[in-house]
Amino acid sequence: MIVTFSADMLAQFAEIVARYPEKRQKSALLPILHIVQAEYGWLSVDAMDKVAAYLAIQPIEVYEVATFYTMYFLEPKGKYVLEICRTGPCCLVGAERIIKHVENRLGVKEGEVTEDGLFSWRGVECMAACGFGPVLQIGPDYTFYENLTEDGVDQLLEQLKEKAQQI
Amino acid sequence: MARKLLLTHIDVPGIEGFEVYRQQGGYRAVEKAVKTMTPDDVVEEVKKSGLRGRGGAGFPTGMKWSFLAKPEGVARYLVCNADESEPGTFKDRYLMTKIPHALIEGMIVSSYALGANTSYIYVRGEMMPQIRILEKAIAEAKAAGFLGKNILGKGYDLEIYVQPGGGAYICGEETALLESLEGKRGNPRIKPPFPAVAGLYGCPTVVNNVESIAATVPIINDGGEEYAKIGIERSTGTKLISASGNLVKPGVYEIELGLPVEEFIYSDEYCGGIANGKRLKAVVAGGSSVPILPANLVFKTANGENRLMTYESLADGGFQTGTMMGSGGFIAYDEDQCIVRNTWNFTRFYHHESCGQCSPCREGTGWMEKVLHNIESGKGSMEEIDLLWDIQRKIEGNTICPLGDAAAWPVAAAIRHFRDEFEWHITHPEEAQKRNFGLAHYAEPRQPVV
Amino acid sequence: MAEEKFRVTIDGIPVDVTPGTTILNAAREIGGDIVPPAMCYYSKLEGSGGKCRTCLVKVSKGSEKDPRPMPKLVASCRTTVMDGMEVQNITSPEVVEARKGVVEMLLINHPLDCPICDQAGECKLQDLSYEHGAEQTRYKFPRRTFERIDIGDKIQLHMNRCILCYRCVYVANQLTDQREHGIISRGDHAEISTFIEKALDNDFIGNVIDVCPVGALTDKTFRFKNRVWFTKPVDAHRDCPTCSGKVTLWYKGADVLRVTGRKDAYNEVEDFICNTCRFDTKQTQDWILEEPTKIDKDSVITANHYNSFNPPAVIEQDLVLQAANEEQLERTERLK
Repeated sequence: MIVTFSADMLAQFAEIVARYPEKRQKSALLPILHIVQAEYGWLSVDAMDKVAAYLAIQPIEVYEVATFYTMYFLEPKGKYVLEICRTGPCCLVGAERIIKHVENRLGVKEGEVTEDGLFSWRGVECMAACGFGPVLQIGPDYTFYENLTEDGVDQLLEQLKEKAQQI
Repeated sequence: MARKLLLTHIDVPGIEGFEVYRQQGGYRAVEKAVKTMTPDDVVEEVKKSGLRGRGGAGFPTGMKWSFLAKPEGVARYLVCNADESEPGTFKDRYLMTKIPHALIEGMIVSSYALGANTSYIYVRGEMMPQIRILEKAIAEAKAAGFLGKNILGKGYDLEIYVQPGGGAYICGEETALLESLEGKRGNPRIKPPFPAVAGLYGCPTVVNNVESIAATVPIINDGGEEYAKIGIERSTGTKLISASGNLVKPGVYEIELGLPVEEFIYSDEYCGGIANGKRLKAVVAGGSSVPILPANLVFKTANGENRLMTYESLADGGFQTGTMMGSGGFIAYDEDQCIVRNTWNFTRFYHHESCGQCSPCREGTGWMEKVLHNIESGKGSMEEIDLLWDIQRKIEGNTICPLGDAAAWPVAAAIRHFRDEFEWHITHPEEAQKRNFGLAHYAEPRQPVV
Repeated sequence: MAEEKFRVTIDGIPVDVTPGTTILNAAREIGGDIVPPAMCYYSKLEGSGGKCRTCLVKVSKGSEKDPRPMPKLVASCRTTVMDGMEVQNITSPEVVEARKGVVEMLLINHPLDCPICDQAGECKLQDLSYEHGAEQTRYKFPRRTFERIDIGDKIQLHMNRCILCYRCVYVANQLTDQREHGIISRGDHAEISTFIEKALDNDFIGNVIDVCPVGALTDKTFRFKNRVWFTKPVDAHRDCPTCSGKVTLWYKGADVLRVTGRKDAYNEVEDFICNTCRFDTKQTQDWILEEPTKIDKDSVITANHYNSFNPPAVIEQDLVLQAANEEQLERTERLK
C-alpha cells in the first residue's frame, strides 16, 4: 500500500520528534509507527520506508523494529482486531474458553480476517489486568474489555458490527 | 484498617483530575522538595525510607539514585518503567488509571532529586488509554506551574514525556527499555556499563518502576524515617499487591509489608479467600518468574514460622522451600488447576518474549515449551522431566539479562514441588489428553492442600 | 613512567595486560588451550560479543581490592580484567558444563548438512561441537527451517545455519555507508534479512562472508567448487585503490578458487578486503604472491596444505614459494 502522510500526521510526527535531544530523532520511531498504523490499519513497506525517510534513518532500521514488537501489523487485518489475553492468570479464570468462543463465533483462525473484512483475532500475552480477567483489547485506541463471558463477547461483536455500519 | 500511602484517596470521585488531587493534598511533596530541600536532601530522605524497587528486583531506590554519575555538562535522565508486563502484575496500570497525578508528582520530586531536566515515562504500548490519561495529567500539572520552566519560581526546569512501547515484555528490563526508547529493538545491553553511568543516549540515567516513583511522594511528605516505621526489617513501607487467579476478590491491594500471607488471602479486607469454596493448591507470589509454592509452604516457612508478605519472609528457605516478592504479582491456584499446563503456559510466554540475543535463552525457551507441551498433552516420557530440569539449569545464570532466569525458575519450581503431576501426565496419557477448555485437567491433588 | 598493567591469572597462568583488556583478550595473550572459544565476538567489530555465551568463564576472585568471586559465569569477551583477578576456564567443571550446554543450544536447530556446507573445515561451530558437543542430540523436534536466499549475486544466505552472532550486521554498520540487512523478528524466529527482496551492494559487504562463524553467509563464486581442505592457501597482495589488497588466495592446481581476507589464529581477518579483490580478481597474474599461508597445525586444512610431493602448480613455478613451503612443512612436522 502506497501512502501519503497527511499534514495532521506530519504535525504529530514533528511534535513527537521535539521530545528528544537533537540528532536523537530515531527515538520517535515507535510512537510514529503507532500513528501510522492507527491511520492505515497496518504498516506497509512503503509506509515504513517513508517513516525511515522522515526520520533520516535506514529502512532496515524500521523493519527491524516493526518486526521485533508484536503490536505492529505487517499485513492488513480486520477493521477490529480482538486481542485476547492467553497468559496464565487469565487462563485460570477461563481465557482459553473465551478464545475458543471467539474463534467459533468469527469462524476464522487466529490472524485471519472474516469475509466481511470486519474482524480478526489473536491471542496475546499478559496485558497487565490479571485481576479482571479474562480480558481483551481492540486497537487502534486499545479499548479494554474486562471480566469477559461468552455472552459478553457476543454482545461486543454485535455492538461492533452496528458501529461499523454507522460509519 | 491498614495504613495506605499510595491509594489513600483512590475512591475520591474525580481524583484522576488535577483539581481534586490537589484538594486532597496533592503536589505538597513537590512544593516541599523544590522550595525547602536540596536535591541531595531528597535523595537522603529516600535512602532513610529504606524503599526498595517495586518493579521486581527489590534494589534499594535511594542507593540506586546515589550511584548516578554527575559529570559536568552532561544531561541526566530519569526514566519511569511503566512497561508492566510480568504475568500476574497489574498494579501500575491500576495506579496510572485511577490516580495518575501520584506518578506525575513522584516524577517531579524524583527528577528534582536526580537533577534531570527531561524525564520519560515509558508505558507499554498496549496501555494507550493510560498514555492519554498521563498526557492529560502532565498538561494539567504544567498549567498549574508544577512542570515546565522555572517550577514554583525556584529556577528548576523539567519536562516529562510519555513514550509508548511496541509490545515486548523484555522492555521491562531497564537496558532493553532504554534501547527501545532510543527507537531500537529491545535487546538488553551488556552490563557494565550500568545506566547510572551510561544509560539513555549514553548519559547517566536512573530507571525506576511506577510504584517506586509514586512512593517518593509520601516519603517526602512524611519523611523517610516515618515511612521506614512501616513494615518489618528491610521491607519498609507499603506495597501494591496485584492479586489474581482463583480468589473471591482479585484486585490491587495496598498492604503494609509484614502482613501474613494467610491473612492476605483469607481476610475480607483483602482477597476474601479462594473462589467457589475451593481449596488453595499453590501460589505464585511475585509474578510468573518467581518459583511457585505449594499451599503447605505458602502460609508457613519450612521452619514452621508464619510466612509474611516481606522480601525476607517470602524468600525464606531459598528456592528449595521459598520464593520471592518480585513485583508483587500474587497468583492463587485452586485445587482444580493443573500445574503442568500452567508451567507450559508460562514457558510459552517466555519463549514468545525472548529477544533472541543469547543462545541459551533463544533456543532453550522454545525447547522447554515443546517438551512441556508434549508432557502436558500426554505424549511425554519420564526422561523428559529430567531433560526439562537439565535445560532450565543450562539457561539459568548464563544469559545477558534476567529473562533467562525468569524462564528457568518457574520450570524448576514446578518440577521441584509438583513432580508427581508431571509423572501423572505421563502415566495417564489418555486422561491427560481429555482437555476441557477453561478448566484444565488435573492430577489427583497429592500435594498437601490447606 | 612505566605503563600501568593489571595482572590476571587464567587457569593458573598469570599475564600482565593493559587496563581495559577483556578476559578473552588476556587469555589470547597467553594463548593455547585456555583461550575461551568465541562465536560472536570479533575484535575488529566494535560492540560485538556477549551474545553466544560460549566464552563464559568463572571469575573466582574479582580483584586484589575486592576478592569476592563474581556470582555468575561471565562472558569473557565483554568483561574487563581487574588487577589481581583470577579466572577459571577449562579448569572449572562449572564452565565446561555450561559451555557444553551452550553448544547443545546452538546445535538444536542447526542443520546437519556439514557434508555439503562450504564452511566445513573452517567452521568454528564444527570445532566447538567436536570439542564440547554430545554424541547425540536430545532435541527430538523438527528443526527450524528457512528458505535459502541470494542476497546479491555473490553472497548466499543459508539462514538455517545462522547462530545469530550479529557479526554481519556490525560489518554492514561499520564498513559500509548504508546498512541494508539486519535482524528481523525476535526470539528464535529472528533471522538475518533484508526484509524486502534486495541485493546487498556495497564495496565491502563481501566481508560478511569472512566474519560469519558458520556457513550461513557463503561466497557464491566459490560455492560447491571444492572442499577447503583440498585447496591450498597462499598469501598475496596487490595494489588496490579501495582496500589494503592483502589477501589469501585459495588454489586448486593453478586456479584461484576463492579469495578471502587473511585470518589469524582466532579466525579473524587481519584486514577487511573489498569486493573487487574478493570476487573479481581471481587470476594469479593479478597478484604478487608472498608465501604459503601459515595454518594452525590442528586445522583440517593442513592435511593437504604442505604436501611437498604435490605442491600447487603456482608453488612449483616459483622458487621463493618453494622455499617457504619447505620451511612450513618442516615447522608442521616439528610441531606434530
